[in-house]
Amino acid sequence: MNDAVTPRSPWGSLARHLLLAAAAFVMLYPLLWMLASSFREGQDIFTSISLLPERISLDAYRRGWNGLEVTFGHFLTNSAVIAVLSVAGNTMSCSLAAYAFARLRFRGRGILFTLMLGTLMIPYHVTLIPQYVLFLNLGWVNTILPLVVPKFLAADAFFIFLLVQFFRSIPKELDEAAMMDGCSPWRIYWKVLLPLSLPALATTAILSFIWTWDDFFGPLIYLNDITQYTAQIGLRAFVDSGGDSDWPALFAMSVLGLLPVFLFFLFFQRLLIDGIATTGIKR
Amino acid sequence: MLASLARPALAGARPRQPARRRWHGLAGYLFLLPWLIGFFGLTLGPAVASLILSFTHFDLITDPRWAGLANYRRIAFIDTKFWASLHVTFTYVLLSVPLKLAFALGVAMVLNKGMRGLTVYRAIFYLPSLLGGSVAIAVLWREIFSGSGLLNRLLALVGLHGPSWIADPDTAIYTLVVLGVWQFGSPMIIFLAGLRQIPQDLYEAASLDGASRRRQFFRITLPLLTPIIFFNAIVQVIDAFKAFTPAFIISDGGGGPINATLFYTLYLYQEAFGNFRMGYASALAWILVLIIGTFTAISFLSARYWVHYDE
Repeated sequence: MNDAVTPRSPWGSLARHLLLAAAAFVMLYPLLWMLASSFREGQDIFTSISLLPERISLDAYRRGWNGLEVTFGHFLTNSAVIAVLSVAGNTMSCSLAAYAFARLRFRGRGILFTLMLGTLMIPYHVTLIPQYVLFLNLGWVNTILPLVVPKFLAADAFFIFLLVQFFRSIPKELDEAAMMDGCSPWRIYWKVLLPLSLPALATTAILSFIWTWDDFFGPLIYLNDITQYTAQIGLRAFVDSGGDSDWPALFAMSVLGLLPVFLFFLFFQRLLIDGIATTGIKR
Repeated sequence: MLASLARPALAGARPRQPARRRWHGLAGYLFLLPWLIGFFGLTLGPAVASLILSFTHFDLITDPRWAGLANYRRIAFIDTKFWASLHVTFTYVLLSVPLKLAFALGVAMVLNKGMRGLTVYRAIFYLPSLLGGSVAIAVLWREIFSGSGLLNRLLALVGLHGPSWIADPDTAIYTLVVLGVWQFGSPMIIFLAGLRQIPQDLYEAASLDGASRRRQFFRITLPLLTPIIFFNAIVQVIDAFKAFTPAFIISDGGGGPINATLFYTLYLYQEAFGNFRMGYASALAWILVLIIGTFTAISFLSARYWVHYDE
């Protein structure tokens, strides 16, 4: 705490490193063990606790991939389609709304902004059932539309909030100068603000992807046909069909389901961590 | 986030000519159009509809029938499953959130020593938060805490014989608490950012005055961190109230054994999409709003007694 005053002893530093390394190992052990087990053969998993599979086998991946009547690749593709559309929807609709809230003047802006923040607070369960009835009447149940269309209508207010905060940090003189030159609000949004907001747009895109990819509840209630399943409910169907009698296969598909999120973590860790530190995202 | 919630008004660009202002005003609504459609069509409209539905019996096939307060009366006086789910949810919230925050703060303080490898450790501790919401992790938990699972195999190494954690109604909820605490990474990052803001010279001065480290922690670190603790606690509690996926996967959607993992949201889901009691489930949703709202209000009211706002 007071390193500046107390001279740091090398032993203290070593002890800290040992403590942190031990804690990190405990945290990661379940994940690494799952990864190792996905390469194990049949019964080895019931005895092994080690992180190195005795021999590497891809059998579990083969069994898991073909474990249900459609391949797991099908589920991964469905997830990817929904996630990519959600990224497009959220970045477009939320940046449009954020621009209006941050830069344009119009009647009722203050009230609408407060209402928008209010939607951050209410649990989605309150709108769940009428939304379901609405989508049922539109004939959208068992399609991806209930999962994707709300993203194009800026339903995820958190991203609007994040982008408003970022837009406010951009000097207003820039768009005032552009306005003097006769630029329309659209051109200012498109040519001035968006190019300067790439970090915030990237955070929006990455989080949209991860949250949509991990979403379980939405696909659970809206997708009934196995050909429509996402990776998350595909995994759940695999468990239901007796998948826990074949843990290596279940783990293999779990690893595939986690892989995209892990890759985002690997490449955009900095952006994610800075995003959390500044906005307090919950995950 | 909270800081801006408290900020009352928006400072906006004021265009210089009336004609422009008019065009600007129209443009505002045009830019907001997708959000406006979503807000009225997907949020405000449905919220009002759900409030009305909560006073009806509605099975999705026949038209809703007016029920007056019957749903709420049944929740309060008859439905033992509701009280069971409330008990499970509160147990989960009251155990997982304080433990999670304690780990987050403890590790953040160790990391804040400015040590080598900070970014690596930070990334490792953060990873479970990022992956933890996924079905895959819930599946992994199912294996680890099963009777012949990884945990019991590890315990067997030291001669202990563990129970079947998930199948035992006395221990099932704790497996989910462990899963929650395992994801302490994101509040840890927020704490770390907060610790960085504390001026070092406060510690130097305290240290010169002979204050012990323990005293420095309780007199400097903790008071100056209270706004961050407050923020983390609110976010984590609301999140914990809404937990769904792990309980669903671990109990095959049933909330068992003997309702031991029947999270509130899981019960709501069962009523709505298992029993098709849409009116009843709407009432449950509004009770959840009431619970979360009450909690948030109490937190904000209590804040002035313990949250230290400098400046």
